Amino acid sequence: MDPQLVRELAPQVIGVLVRRGADFASAEDAVQEALLKAWQAGVSDLPADPKGWLVTTAWRKYLDAVRSDVARRGREEKLDLEPAPGPTEQADDTLRLYFLCAHPSLSPASALALTLRAVGGLTTRQIAAAYLVPEATMAQRISRAKRAVAEVRWDRPGDFSTVLKVLYLVFNEGYSGDVDLTLEAIRLTRQLAGLTDDEEVAGLLALMLLHQARRPARFGADGRLIPLAEQDRSRWNTSLIAEGVEILQAALSRDRLEEYQAQAAIAALHADARSVGETDWVQIVGWYDELVRLTDNPVARLNRAVAVGEADGGRAGLAALGEIDPGLPRFAAVSAHLHEKAGDAVAAAQLYADAARVAGNAAERDHLTRQAARLRQPTGG
Amino acid sequence: MKYLLLKHYRGNPAPVGDDVPMDRWTPAEIDAHIQYMQDFAVRLEGTGEFVDGQALSPEGTFVRYDGEGRPPVTDGPFAETKDLIAGWMVIDVESYDRALELAGELSAAPGRGGKPLHEWLEVRPFLAHPPTVTD
Repeated sequence: MDPQLVRELAPQVIGVLVRRGADFASAEDAVQEALLKAWQAGVSDLPADPKGWLVTTAWRKYLDAVRSDVARRGREEKLDLEPAPGPTEQADDTLRLYFLCAHPSLSPASALALTLRAVGGLTTRQIAAAYLVPEATMAQRISRAKRAVAEVRWDRPGDFSTVLKVLYLVFNEGYSGDVDLTLEAIRLTRQLAGLTDDEEVAGLLALMLLHQARRPARFGADGRLIPLAEQDRSRWNTSLIAEGVEILQAALSRDRLEEYQAQAAIAALHADARSVGETDWVQIVGWYDELVRLTDNPVARLNRAVAVGEADGGRAGLAALGEIDPGLPRFAAVSAHLHEKAGDAVAAAQLYADAARVAGNAAERDHLTRQAARLRQPTGG
Repeated sequence: MKYLLLKHYRGNPAPVGDDVPMDRWTPAEIDAHIQYMQDFAVRLEGTGEFVDGQALSPEGTFVRYDGEGRPPVTDGPFAETKDLIAGWMVIDVESYDRALELAGELSAAPGRGGKPLHEWLEVRPFLAHPPTVTD
């Protein structure tokens, strides 16, 4: 069976089985067995309705497993739960699978792994490769996650904000290997957006598309980080920008603003400018005000200070920075930028060097080191 | 988040416990020490936090480029005063606190008489891949 089709169908079929009363791990085993059977049958014998066939086959496999498991005969009662043949409520099932995989009882790392496995339909090997850990390590992480959610009740939908956080974390990993996690996150968020009309799901999808649109310009051929102001905007993907803006506008028109919509609005204003000079910084500051009001997130305050610096000058930006905890990651980098903007190159150079020392990734460290070095050239070059 | 736990032969602060070199322990004490390390790694595999771990030979050589057409310069085996890495373990954990907690457990590996070694371990974060979003 086509791997892409398997990735689409497997989570839906697991969802059906779990709703019928199977526990999560058994449902996944049964679906794996059904897929194996489909694979053995060969391409010519593929059923006309792959999903219906998979549901039927996987449910039989599950029942076989339950029947042969004498020690757990209490599960026999679940045989009675078998529903009459008919159309399945797949949308609802898949949605619940999202909530289960992002359950608050799981650590973020476990929720990420389980979501990619159960909703994304990725193999354990693919997930392990994406996170640069051994396959055995990832297998353990996933099976622990499954055990953790085994007792979770399956009777009501969960909290969207947790699901969205998990999807955004997947997006932000952004590794590009066997599986590009950025594209995977977009695929899953698209699927989720198709299952619900929640504004924040749309907001997150728009945000991902707008970030993704700028991705080709964010790094040079040598892996060097290129800041927003210096990016070659002709390399931005305009069709992704158009799609993101359209999704965002539809969400905003419903007047239920939340965090991801506000972030997407900021990203859209950046995407809309033909040059950094044409950026509507005043409006961006306004959206950061909304974001700070909605989340009181210190990172939002930090980014707001940058926007204030662009809108009203370096000194105003530094004043905004004065209200923020200096222990925050990237505080020194922002402070360096604002000092430079305010004309204090000496302090800025020192702050860039300080920021480079605590940078969390090599591309950012190298970028900050170059900034410090640039300001320390005698010519100011 | 990935962290490197580094075990040093030298160059670290003196441990508070017994500082008798391993070659003067009993074979059973050495076995117990090694078993502890292996059990620790297996347990971390179970929690999905283990990435890699290796022991290194005490023999090492400094090498540097010495100009076009000339062989690299070596300064021979490490002199007694130089720092020396005995081995490492890479872990992938939720937080810095968890990394410290695990390093603390590893440092409690038994030494002579089965008492914790109180060995110093260095904990170094990996520089991550750049995230998709920073600006």
